[in-house]
Amino acid sequence: MLLRHTTDKVLERKALTVNPAKTCQPVGAMYAALGVHGCLPHSHGSQGCCSYHRSALTRHYKEPVMAATSSFTEGSSVFGGQANLLQGITTIFKVYEPDIIAVHSTCLSETIGDDLGQIVAKARAEGKVPEGKHVIQAPTPSYVGSHVTGYANMLEGIVKYFANKTDKLVNQINLLSGWVEPSDMRELKRMMKMMKVNNVLLPDTSDVLDTPMTGKYEMYPKGGTTIPEIVSMGDSLHTLALGEWATDKAAKALDNQCKVNFTIEDLPIGLQATDRFISTLSKVAGVSVVEEINDERGRLVDLITDMHQYFYGKRVALFGDPDQLIPLTEFLLDLDMKPVYIVSGTPGKAFEKRMSSLLSERCPEAKFKNGPSADTFLMHQWIKEEGVDLIIGNTYGKYIARDEKTPFVRMGFPIIDRVGHSYFSTLGYMGGIRILEKILSAVMDHEDATCAEEKFELVM
Amino acid sequence: MVKKKDLSNGLPDPTPLVEEILAKYPTKIAKKRKKSMLANDPNEDQEIQANVRTIPGIITQRGCTYAGCKGVVLGPTRDIINLVHGPIGCSFYAWLTRRNQTHAEEGEDNFIPYSFSTDMQDENIVFGGEAKLKDAIREAMTLFNPKAIGIFSTCPVGLIGDDVHAVAREMKAETGINIFGFSCEGYRGVSQSAGHHIANNGVFKHVVGLNDRERSGKYQINLLGEYNIGGDAFELERLFEEAGITLLSTFSGNSTIKSMEYSHTADFNLVMCHRSINYIAEMMEVKYGIPWTKVNFIGADSSAKALRKVADFYDDPELTAKVEEIIAREMKKVKKVIDAIKPKTEGKTAMMFVGGSRAHHYQDLFKELGVTTVSAGYEFAHRDDYEGRKVIPNIKIDADSRNIEEIEVKKDEALFRDDLVAKKAEKEKAGYAFSDYEGMMPEMDKNSLVLDDVNHWETEKLIEFYKPDVFCAGIKEKYVVQKLGVPLKQLHSYDYGGPYAGFEGAINFYKEMDRMLGTSIWKLVDAPWKAEPEIVGSFTINE
Repeated sequence: MLLRHTTDKVLERKALTVNPAKTCQPVGAMYAALGVHGCLPHSHGSQGCCSYHRSALTRHYKEPVMAATSSFTEGSSVFGGQANLLQGITTIFKVYEPDIIAVHSTCLSETIGDDLGQIVAKARAEGKVPEGKHVIQAPTPSYVGSHVTGYANMLEGIVKYFANKTDKLVNQINLLSGWVEPSDMRELKRMMKMMKVNNVLLPDTSDVLDTPMTGKYEMYPKGGTTIPEIVSMGDSLHTLALGEWATDKAAKALDNQCKVNFTIEDLPIGLQATDRFISTLSKVAGVSVVEEINDERGRLVDLITDMHQYFYGKRVALFGDPDQLIPLTEFLLDLDMKPVYIVSGTPGKAFEKRMSSLLSERCPEAKFKNGPSADTFLMHQWIKEEGVDLIIGNTYGKYIARDEKTPFVRMGFPIIDRVGHSYFSTLGYMGGIRILEKILSAVMDHEDATCAEEKFELVM
Repeated sequence: MVKKKDLSNGLPDPTPLVEEILAKYPTKIAKKRKKSMLANDPNEDQEIQANVRTIPGIITQRGCTYAGCKGVVLGPTRDIINLVHGPIGCSFYAWLTRRNQTHAEEGEDNFIPYSFSTDMQDENIVFGGEAKLKDAIREAMTLFNPKAIGIFSTCPVGLIGDDVHAVAREMKAETGINIFGFSCEGYRGVSQSAGHHIANNGVFKHVVGLNDRERSGKYQINLLGEYNIGGDAFELERLFEEAGITLLSTFSGNSTIKSMEYSHTADFNLVMCHRSINYIAEMMEVKYGIPWTKVNFIGADSSAKALRKVADFYDDPELTAKVEEIIAREMKKVKKVIDAIKPKTEGKTAMMFVGGSRAHHYQDLFKELGVTTVSAGYEFAHRDDYEGRKVIPNIKIDADSRNIEEIEVKKDEALFRDDLVAKKAEKEKAGYAFSDYEGMMPEMDKNSLVLDDVNHWETEKLIEFYKPDVFCAGIKEKYVVQKLGVPLKQLHSYDYGGPYAGFEGAINFYKEMDRMLGTSIWKLVDAPWKAEPEIVGSFTINE
């Protein structure tokens, strides 16, 4: 057994986290910053964090991931990291020439109390930021929240710095996408195009973390939301923010700063969440739903009706980030599956509220938990108590899946042992079809591999 | 696609390249970086700057002290709980990402697939995390009942003043198991290297010598600085076992805490990764009189040489005959593969920028394939790894590394092996090299460019200048380099392959180079119509 020490005896833990269902803030900030064109993320801390975060993203995307670091030494940890960041800014603009440096912090610089705003202001005052170039910042203490919090903080930092309200309203909506894949960003843009809605998508990692092989390396690839686009977000008609954990802060900042009204919706994962997304989009943009969207929806419903017997009653354990887990749970319920165990390391009271309202009637036996010590060790213990038919989560779920001989679908961050997530979206109706294809393949492959020979089926 | 460099008249003088690299830097940085790059001359004593602080903003590939301590040295030991005291990231990122394989029989402890953390929250930063750490240890005891627990400090721990060593002592008394702490906060030192040193000190103080073991077997050795990436140590275990050599302990691939506890009963220490483990080799010699020698099991010829070194040390005809038999048999298999592959790889070029030892070790494998290493460097090695241990007395410890503890080790009067000291003296007279490492530079060609702590800008320029056939580095570089049209071999993770050590490993590596250097896809990067005149369509679809 790979996880031979995991037993079904659940012990209430208050201090020890084992096999977490989250990671720390800065990697989220790094990811968000990569969705801005011409931007180099910068980690203000000791260099280990930056290397780990770059490696995590690289393993997930199989793509270059660039970021710089302040490379704290013991001296700067005692006397403050101002000199490191000032030198870092000078070096970066001279050597790597980004349009924007997006600085995030770590537990080190937050604990010693470095004030990023003050240091960046000093860099500007001392002429270390060249004309037409930008340094933005977001505090991302690793001991608060999770990687999703870091994403939210950087997204807020970006809109706060750039978004600007003028007298002229622009006929567009802001789309804050939450932490989703480049493929999902592409899918969002495709849906917007189908619906003929002008929009600014922020951030946008398509054409950044899924770049083609050409024999040339572009340090700042053609993708990413551009500065003029972000600036114009202050003049948009409305902000549609997808995923409360990731986008709530930025949506509110846009409202406070530029008086752009906002609506927060779930990420469009599955049938009903996509329905809500399309309905809201149609209302806030003042457009009607086009026939192609209805067709795509119909295809998804068709697949569900065709394959319902393979979904019905199947017990599912899932782990990941709240913004993904909430609509995914709803989708599983719509398939008449039973999402019985759900954990997320990311804290936030709304999780429990949303989950109870989704599950209390439709799957009353479900157990769910989030925040510190809501980890995959706990989820595995629950599985040991009573098994499941399917596990959905990031790559780390494969250890549980193998031990428990359970079909496994990879969704979430990080996926470091398969490709596909950067190329094929799980958002919208088409993404719903992809999720179902993955679930069915996993369940049916397992059936094919394990059933008695006389029960082996040609047609399923 | 890149065009190849003509090397028929030896390697080109890299001075123009160095100048071009430096021209981009602010003056102060150019001055500093200049000392970390040089055109190698194996016949001269050249000095390179290494193990100095990283330049902020330069895009280094380095990691931190925690990674060097927990991730590298202690991570591979399967039956201890490595408890990370800090916010969640450090524990998460070191969770199964280094490929330290281990083989635990059913019923034995194996915690490698687990990640343990105190997951510090803001209140732990404000009020201190010692109470939570103690509770986490108690919970770990209840849930896992481990033989030992190591506590690893991360950045904020040192700053808020949590005393992990005091907690370790207290909890050791409470639980009755061995619990020890490491002050391996990420900001200490300038790289992973400080973490190696801290880990060596901690393991030596708290683990080595705790248990004795009935002597069994005529030849008892330890293998130091071998972490069983991709099964490297398994291959070496196979060779030792067949030769009748008892491998007491490996630091720390496929290891158990117990094996480290009785490692002091060995007669001889073999050092693979000099950078990460030379401290323990030195300390074991001072305390117990165990001599050490540097070996390299990367490359078939190197592996044969390393095995002969062990046989030579014991100077026992039975062992010598067995070792020669193994070498003859293995080399026959190796030769068959190399005869098929070498004609395809001969004359190609490689460059490698890897941690603190592989950038040197793997040059032997490439030599066996007829591949020239045109440029190489380490992330975090010290001058002795570049220039050889002879320069150690001249190395000045700078302000950034001064606070890394040097522990005082004394001779253990009861356990010290005078017989080994005598044996060493006798062998030394016959020309046997103990306690020595010649470093990477003396073995590299004239004019090859040696660079310490290479950064992204320099990597791009190096590729542009040399247009190598293969670039060896890590995951952060991999896709950058490949976008430039040059295949990259990861020499940290082996791109999920391996083993590459020993004879079987050499064969694996030759085959891997055959695949990488001969692959078709690089010729298909450009679409065929890019080479043809553009056609302006006359048949268009009406919108």
